[in-house]
Amino acid sequence: MSLTRQDVEKVALLARLRLAPSEVDTMTRQLSQIVDYVQLLSELNTDDVQPLAHAIEVTNVFAADQPLDSLSREEALSNAPHTDDEYYLVPPVLGS
Amino acid sequence: MSLIDLTATELQSQLALGHITAVEVTGAFWAQIERLNEQVGAFLATRRDMALEAAERIDLQRAKGAAVGPLAGIPVALKDLICTQGERTTCASRMLASFVPPYDATVVERLRSADAILIGKTNLDEFAMGGSTESSALGVTRNPWDLECVPGGSSGGAAACLAARMVPLSVGTDTGGSIRQPAAFCGVTGLKPTYGRVSRYGLIAFASSLDQIGPMARSAEDVALLLEVLAGHDARDSTSAAVPVPRYTECLRQPLSGLRIGVPRAHFADGLDPEVAAAVQEGLRVYRDQGAEIREIELPHGRYGIAAYYVIAPSEASSNLARYDGVHYGYRTDEAALLAEWREESRRLMDAGDTSALQQSDNPLVRMYRRTRAEGFGPEVKRRIMLGTYALSAGYYDAYYLKAQKVRRLIRQDYDRAFEQVDLILGPVTPGPAFRAGEKASDPLSMYLVDLFTVGANLAGIPAISVPCGFTSRGLPVGLHLQAPPLEESRLLRAAYMYQQTTDWHTRKPSLA
Repeated sequence: MSLTRQDVEKVALLARLRLAPSEVDTMTRQLSQIVDYVQLLSELNTDDVQPLAHAIEVTNVFAADQPLDSLSREEALSNAPHTDDEYYLVPPVLGS
Repeated sequence: MSLIDLTATELQSQLALGHITAVEVTGAFWAQIERLNEQVGAFLATRRDMALEAAERIDLQRAKGAAVGPLAGIPVALKDLICTQGERTTCASRMLASFVPPYDATVVERLRSADAILIGKTNLDEFAMGGSTESSALGVTRNPWDLECVPGGSSGGAAACLAARMVPLSVGTDTGGSIRQPAAFCGVTGLKPTYGRVSRYGLIAFASSLDQIGPMARSAEDVALLLEVLAGHDARDSTSAAVPVPRYTECLRQPLSGLRIGVPRAHFADGLDPEVAAAVQEGLRVYRDQGAEIREIELPHGRYGIAAYYVIAPSEASSNLARYDGVHYGYRTDEAALLAEWREESRRLMDAGDTSALQQSDNPLVRMYRRTRAEGFGPEVKRRIMLGTYALSAGYYDAYYLKAQKVRRLIRQDYDRAFEQVDLILGPVTPGPAFRAGEKASDPLSMYLVDLFTVGANLAGIPAISVPCGFTSRGLPVGLHLQAPPLEESRLLRAAYMYQQTTDWHTRKPSLA
């Protein structure tokens, strides 16, 4: 297998996901299978190939430098799970 | 003939002549939704009262002789990852189950100003990640041709509601085949436009360099009608193509003379269902009879498509989905339980004198992120976030994401070379017809391989269409796949229209409808 349980646990922390021990097992197996499959790409020599990201390659799309209306504070907070009507609230970062 | 069997184009002309009213049209489709949505599960949300009010307004405007938009009085379904102001947009995820967007997507603005009747939001694979709609956290959608089978995905609800005659027009999105594959599985017509043709503003992002919104309907003519409304440059989407949009409905009827069709040999290789192969070959014969020249072509890098796609799409997804943090919008884990857990764990480690474990233990904020995301996302979304995070993590970027973006150019170059020889590329949309629910659910890689023929168009950014071309012996629809050079949607629509003039597969109707 190309990934270990430790790899998966490390990635889960980077991805801010919590996985149950049984999920770590499944994920290790499934991710290894997919990562092994995508190794297919290494068959190709791409040394002189430029990456591609757009069908009609556009570069430097600038917007006019004009202020536009943005969401009101009320609208911006309207979907937040926890606010004091002015700010987003989160659990303590440093503990309490 | 009942109103629900008419195409949008037919409804449009009947409405314009005053033979029918928008209220009658909306009422007829509404009755079908009421009759069948429980069985089919195409819609996550419907809006009867608002739809009927909008229909009344349009009838009133028409009665006064006022100008109305091109879709006036025609019901349209929206895939539920397209933002609608003031109305829930869920991505079929627990994470966004109660999310109410404060603004409309550009395509929604365009549909509203075309006077379309927005009748409901359709089910999808969670965050559009999947090919069967089975990863939806909010509902089950079934294939109207066989309720035991999946409708395809991720635009499964969008395709199923068309096949079941619940709407004449439907808006889907396609990242790796998510319009074309469910269109094929449900026997409807669906087009993935050129990347940049339709604004993505207000489309909740999955893989930003691949996602594209597109029209789905029961005929090429209706797809043209809807695309004309959806397409166009939008300054709010910096990847939007600043090029004029042809009048698709006007050029549609011009036949393509001297048409050269390329057939990739590899698309008819082992692994293709023989009944699908036969239906697609029969479709090819239709074009040959209409005077098209058929040439065998090669897309040498086609076999790398799935591998490139399953690096690029999860990488972009892991980045896009980082925004679901339980802070700004969407689901958040129970905070009291979280803090209790943290205190308990800290006390236990402190009592044991395990200072290193205590230092490494997640602080309450990180704990909140991790619990929220573990509870809010389903297994397929987690799998892709993990895969993408891995591919983008330190030391792997060049080997995976950059490599895949380079392979993407090789894939595009194959298409560019092929299009020097031929006008269109024809093949099957999928290796097989709709599969049974649950059949591939436990094997993610086998589900990914269903996208074999469709991901190329997303990676290259070119337009492609799925057109019904027959049925299997079990009565499941088969789709014909046509691909064209960038911005040549009109060529696809004209070719599909030509095909639908001499075939009637697209008019077939499942018995339950």
